[in-house]
Amino acid sequence: MRARPRFFLAMLLLLVAVAARAENFDVYAFESPEDEARFDRLTHELRCPKCQNQSIADSNAPIAQDLRQRTYELVQQGRSDDEIVAFLKARYGEFITYRPPFNAVTALLWGGPVLLLVLAATVLLVRLRRRAARAAAVARPEDVQAILSRYDDTPPGDRP
Amino acid sequence: MKRVALFALPLLLMLALALLFYSRIGENSEALPTALAGQPLPAFSLPALDGGAMLTEKDLRGPLLINVWASWCPSCYEEHPYLLALAGQGVNIVGLNYKDEANAARGFLAERGSPYRLVIADTEGRLGFDLGVYGAPETFVVDAQGRIRHRIVGVLTPENFAAEAAPLLGDAAASAAPAAGSTP
Repeated sequence: MRARPRFFLAMLLLLVAVAARAENFDVYAFESPEDEARFDRLTHELRCPKCQNQSIADSNAPIAQDLRQRTYELVQQGRSDDEIVAFLKARYGEFITYRPPFNAVTALLWGGPVLLLVLAATVLLVRLRRRAARAAAVARPEDVQAILSRYDDTPPGDRP
Repeated sequence: MKRVALFALPLLLMLALALLFYSRIGENSEALPTALAGQPLPAFSLPALDGGAMLTEKDLRGPLLINVWASWCPSCYEEHPYLLALAGQGVNIVGLNYKDEANAARGFLAERGSPYRLVIADTEGRLGFDLGVYGAPETFVVDAQGRIRHRIVGVLTPENFAAEAAPLLGDAAASAAPAAGSTP
């Protein structure tokens, strides 16, 4: 049958078309494996200002591409990690790094969860203590007797 | 009474949060404030779009708006008529043609008119990078002392211009400001 080879060719082309997606395979040549590791770490710790829930390593946005390119250039220039982050922060603000600094403004961000945890634990403890206190408040035998004897019809002499 | 207070606390917290969220409805939650607020313009040397002289930060004398735009940016088409209106009112607007192709950019302005006193051709986005641009359109507000004061992310509208830009530009925005260089 002659349709067969054409069919397979069509399938092959379809497969290639599906597989040939645009991906973040920018090819950067580094001078050392340490540089490459630094680049990797930095791009994963810098946030894409456009797709704000992705790092610039993961994002497909043009600005992420630009920032990867800039990071690469700075690594090639021999700048330190701190210098590179500072360089980007100077232009894009604190938001660009996934590690917010600890200062007066961000103290609530850092401390908030801990504070809420402490608050919740306190409330829980207080309630447990109260419940324990109520459970421990067992009536004394003589009080029980006094109440019971009020409803007892047997003559006082015959009571146990 | 203590029990009421204990239960009232989360309720009050929820109400406070609800108010906060309600007040933010409609605002662009992705807009980042400019990291350059209060700083002078970064140094640069780029050609003008019309192929004329090289432009530097010295050619940008405030108060003015720096409008980041490109022919590939759909929202820029939307904001363009308002920019023309502002320019007609005498507001100094400098265009930063961001990562664009010169012919496409020139075609855009030829077809729709140009609100810009100057247009900087930032083909590689280098000045954009130094300004912290992450998309188009964006508009930077530069005051009379040449300092960047604010950035508006997204389409410039009469509302956000009046609320965020006009106060920083001062009275010079309303009157016909002197041209900061040759017209494109």
